[in-house]
Amino acid sequence: MREINVAKVREAVEAMCIEANLALTKDVQLAMKNAAETETNPLAKEVLEDLIKNERVASELKVPICQDTGMAVVFVDLGQEVALAGGSLEEAIHAGVRLGYEKGYLRKSVVKSPITRVNTKDNTPAVIHYRVVEGDQIRLRFAPKGFGSENMGRLGMLKPSDGREGVLEFVVDTVKKAGPNACPPLVIGVGVGGTMEKACLLAKEQLLRNVGEPAAEEEARELEEELMERIEALDIGPQGFGGKTTALAVHAALFPTHIAGLPVCVNINCHVARHRERVI
Amino acid sequence: MKRIQLPLTKEVIQTLRVGEKVYLNGPMVTGRDAAHRRLVETLDRGEALPISLDGMTIFYVGPSPARPGQIIGSAGPTTSYRMDDYTPRLLEEGLLGMIGKGRRSSLVRQAIREHGAVYFAALGGAGALAAQAIVSAEVIAYPDLGAEAIHALEVKDFPVVVAVDATGASVYEREEGARV
Repeated sequence: MREINVAKVREAVEAMCIEANLALTKDVQLAMKNAAETETNPLAKEVLEDLIKNERVASELKVPICQDTGMAVVFVDLGQEVALAGGSLEEAIHAGVRLGYEKGYLRKSVVKSPITRVNTKDNTPAVIHYRVVEGDQIRLRFAPKGFGSENMGRLGMLKPSDGREGVLEFVVDTVKKAGPNACPPLVIGVGVGGTMEKACLLAKEQLLRNVGEPAAEEEARELEEELMERIEALDIGPQGFGGKTTALAVHAALFPTHIAGLPVCVNINCHVARHRERVI
Repeated sequence: MKRIQLPLTKEVIQTLRVGEKVYLNGPMVTGRDAAHRRLVETLDRGEALPISLDGMTIFYVGPSPARPGQIIGSAGPTTSYRMDDYTPRLLEEGLLGMIGKGRRSSLVRQAIREHGAVYFAALGGAGALAAQAIVSAEVIAYPDLGAEAIHALEVKDFPVVVAVDATGASVYEREEGARV
């Protein structure tokens, strides 16, 4: 067994909250740059150039790229040979979020009850997904999620007879309905199969992949390619003003499912596709 | 570069065409979900609003906190459709301009036309850049709402695109026929 103090987790989460909100990772920067270079619609090109400039200004002045610094989503892969010390892992993650959002001058966007809606004032709790894996490390993946895009996500419990075409149509229709609201150009996470919650979790997890890196599995990769083509043809464009750059990437994943079902979940991210990773 | 002076007038709004980029200068207020709800509930009770909406432009934004020495944090637009239920009532109170992002309902577009108002889109997800055009910011109502409090802002060359003009035409409904 390898002992890890949960204070290390707290520190990692705190740092990721700030870093993710002040600068994009290289993959997203590159995707935006490529989009600005290849976009032919003049207004769309201008918008993309402004968005790139915005990210530069944010990093220079230490102002969040977007004022919606999101609800904190953390994926924890906990090695089964890790012995945790120093207190509660869960509390360490929430504490990391609390400290990161305070010290980073990030917006506190979480309300305690979805019905009575009083702000918790420290952006906690985080949404945490745990998985126990082999090994003696802890892998933390962090994605602050803005709700302009989160609100545009959709789950479809399709019929097996809807087939591959049904899946493609559902995803494209979701992007069309999202239109300008989700702040295109988008990164689109697609989960196909499993159960209701498994499809959604898969979709969310795809947003943590490096933008533009194709799926390893051939079936998923082919879905990604075909979806990108159809989404480009929608002419939504950056900010919905028209143009071919509606999505920076589609990331899909498949999972075995039941003989009676074909769940599809679409989780949309905006162009501020924040994702960070730390291994302890 | 077309500069527009705030507060807006109906005459100035008549010169704005959907899809054109303009730069706003002058005073505006902020307000998003929670503030809209309170404003309309106040009106429904027959009470006076804490701010005057006459000729006002409202920016749908919940800024991030300012660092020491900064005027405001990141301050880009939030998605506008969530304000649609409240907007016609505020237009009746004299509101003339709105700044947000994304589509509006056909009821809102119709109300914009009836009142000779305008809806602008600012760049979603570009809050750091937007903040550079804000020269002053002060909370003037509902301080308990934090980021959602109503702020008075003064802007200088704040870039926006005319998203729904006074004819009700929308930049987002291009192929479906832009009219209400």
